[in-house]
Amino acid sequence: MKHVVAFGRFWWDFIIGDDWLAAAGVAVALAATALVATWWILPPAVAIVLAVSLRRATAHS
Amino acid sequence: MVEALTIVLAAGLTRGWRSALIGVAAATVTLAVVVAALGPALTLVPLNALRLVVGALLLVFGLQWLRKAILRSSGFKALHDEDEIYARQLREAETAPRDERARIDWYGFTLSFKGVFLEGLEVAFIVLTFGSTQGSIPLAAGGAAAAIVLVTAVGVLVRAPLARVPENTMKFAVGIMLTTFGIFWSTEGAGGHWPGGDAAILGVLAFVVLWSAALVAMLRRRRERPAIA
Repeated sequence: MKHVVAFGRFWWDFIIGDDWLAAAGVAVALAATALVATWWILPPAVAIVLAVSLRRATAHS
Repeated sequence: MVEALTIVLAAGLTRGWRSALIGVAAATVTLAVVVAALGPALTLVPLNALRLVVGALLLVFGLQWLRKAILRSSGFKALHDEDEIYARQLREAETAPRDERARIDWYGFTLSFKGVFLEGLEVAFIVLTFGSTQGSIPLAAGGAAAAIVLVTAVGVLVRAPLARVPENTMKFAVGIMLTTFGIFWSTEGAGGHWPGGDAAILGVLAFVVLWSAALVAMLRRRRERPAIA
């Protein structure tokens, strides 16, 4: 069981990294893109996700 | 790859080249098996589903790289110092106890294997995602192999960590490319159609570059503000 958890944690760190909220934001934006079937949702959503992620990373600096 | 070279050099010089190079070979074979096993399987997935999943993964992965590169460029995160990392690896490898079986020093082997495998996994991920969505994994793997040969050749020639390589600039570029292709492919996979077709990728690229540069400028200003006050 310990190895399964370690394996899962490795892939979580590898793909998601230290800001799960950014991955969640991308998932929500992609779901919205699939609903409306259009191109203009993802670029601004990614811009916002990146800015928020950086703000969170530098909040205590 | 630059980081992997630093680790292998430290392992080779302190623990012996035999164990370090066996570690490199074992990691390279493992990575090749991963690519060879997953590559053909990915080509069986319908293109739109593949682009959605691969695009989303690339996007999340690319945002990680971009975020770190922006933090480094704006001074919020320390730049990688390969000389410092190399010196630390040397110190640790020199003081670690020797555990030799089958004429292999296992510390040196493990150090090299982990370094090459973990760094190489990022390369394998990029090869699989780019190769599968563009329908040519061998071409993507060939590009990665050429880069590995180049870094190894330079490492062998100078026999020192590649401290002068503008690592953050390269990582910035990789983050931008991954994010750009991630946005492009995942939108297409989700059913969106880009105006101008494939040419729209240049527009997405410009957008990501400009927004990243703006974020670096904003963070730099924010960092300098307390010093002025």
